[in-house]
Amino acid sequence: MTANDPFPHHLQLTRDGQLRHFLTLDGLSRDLLTDILDTADSFIEVGERTIKKVPLLRGRTVVNLFFESSTRTRSTFELAAKRLSADVLNLDISTSATSKGESLSDTLLNLEAMASDMFVVRHSQSGAPHFIAESVTPGVAIINAGDGRHAHPTQAMLDMLTIRQHKGGFEGLKVAIVGDVLHSRVARSQIRALNVLGVAEVRVIAPGTLLPKDVERLGCTVHYDMAEGMKDLDVVIMLRLQNERMEGALLPSEREFYRLYGLSRDKLALAHPDCIVMHPGPINRGVEIESAVADGPQSVILNQVTNGIAIRMAVMSMAMGGQLAERQRTQAQGGQV
Amino acid sequence: MTALLDIDQLLNELESGLRQVLADRGVDQPALIGIRTGGVWLADVLSKRLGLDEPFGELDISFYRDDFSRIGLNPRVKPSSLPFDTEGRDVILIDDVIMSGRTIRAAMNEIFDYGRPASIILATLIDLGARELPVQPDVVGRTLALEEHQRVKLRGPEPLHIELQEAGH
Repeated sequence: MTANDPFPHHLQLTRDGQLRHFLTLDGLSRDLLTDILDTADSFIEVGERTIKKVPLLRGRTVVNLFFESSTRTRSTFELAAKRLSADVLNLDISTSATSKGESLSDTLLNLEAMASDMFVVRHSQSGAPHFIAESVTPGVAIINAGDGRHAHPTQAMLDMLTIRQHKGGFEGLKVAIVGDVLHSRVARSQIRALNVLGVAEVRVIAPGTLLPKDVERLGCTVHYDMAEGMKDLDVVIMLRLQNERMEGALLPSEREFYRLYGLSRDKLALAHPDCIVMHPGPINRGVEIESAVADGPQSVILNQVTNGIAIRMAVMSMAMGGQLAERQRTQAQGGQV
Repeated sequence: MTALLDIDQLLNELESGLRQVLADRGVDQPALIGIRTGGVWLADVLSKRLGLDEPFGELDISFYRDDFSRIGLNPRVKPSSLPFDTEGRDVILIDDVIMSGRTIRAAMNEIFDYGRPASIILATLIDLGARELPVQPDVVGRTLALEEHQRVKLRGPEPLHIELQEAGH
């Protein structure tokens, strides 16, 4: 638990420790993260069948509530919900009632009146999914699909799944996250996950202008020199340069950034020969990564996308299961009291 | 009671019963599937005893259980693995104990998501009765009537043995 995290962690767990919302990795144990990865492994097998569907969320309604646009994340959440047999409603809020002045609370009340069982929320404000989880009707699960600069826990977990698939585990691994850490909710969640799962070393490699203040406190070492930071790496995670979030002159130019922090074949050669290359997408070829590296033999970028469906199936079914088990207990107690 | 539950005796019953059913139905290339975990141990033994060359399948029914809405997802779920195409095959489905019949219903639903088998033969080592669904095994090692405080469990895989527990005390 970091001192600067204002969100309560018990919110996402039932009294007996089952997941009931998935908002942040903060406060989740190594055992629980491992359960999520193991469950996702089983869903990968489901994705290889003739019929890629299981009945876990049959008859449940999942609402994808995207206040911020995203193609990959929304489509993998949608596919995940459909493979769990849920009915899915996609709401792009920027084009709906909130632009007519309706408040977030009123939008949610209306959606709850449609008997929704789960909201998958993406929002530009840090903490929006927590706010919704605190105010929503008991029994409805909230999944964070990325909030402001705070967290993107399903992305971090699909990255962990990809690392485990290729490296067999986490012990002894040296992992670096390279680039625009400042604007990246993904990086925050990744650093947390890597520390909880027990890798040997987490490095961030970036110019000082693209690092948050006190980044070391998240649990990583800082390298300003990429050649130095690439040494002996087992995993390198590139971040997208988030130009649309840049305010003022944080960078001299994209060309200068590529020269210093872009992942070229030369720089990758400094890492361990088995080092895998990851990127949450969408990639800016020639800005943070060379095309030949993105498409090269060490790249696992497309595995990450496939794993994203399995991780989202795992988290959605575990959270829904936790909510349903809790409903059941409450009803049983209600009968006695 | 332990004499009654001699594992080799029950396995002999299961094997000869299966041979009979296979002969009656004219099945000579059955595909074997065990339900995790006890059923998988039994599939391993019976695969050898029946002289089947093809590797057997392992089914984890966690994603198909009808009590998900009551207790949530089993955190110990492992991937199912069917190393053959079930489409058009004669399947032998094996589990250690049958009681309510709910596990078998879930297993059959899962098998059909891999393809449409020609037939399914159900074999269980022990039948405890107390059925809640109209599901009956074709072959049974032994039918048992337990006292209310008794539980029976297959332990394994080495050595495979049957444990009778006095529950609740």
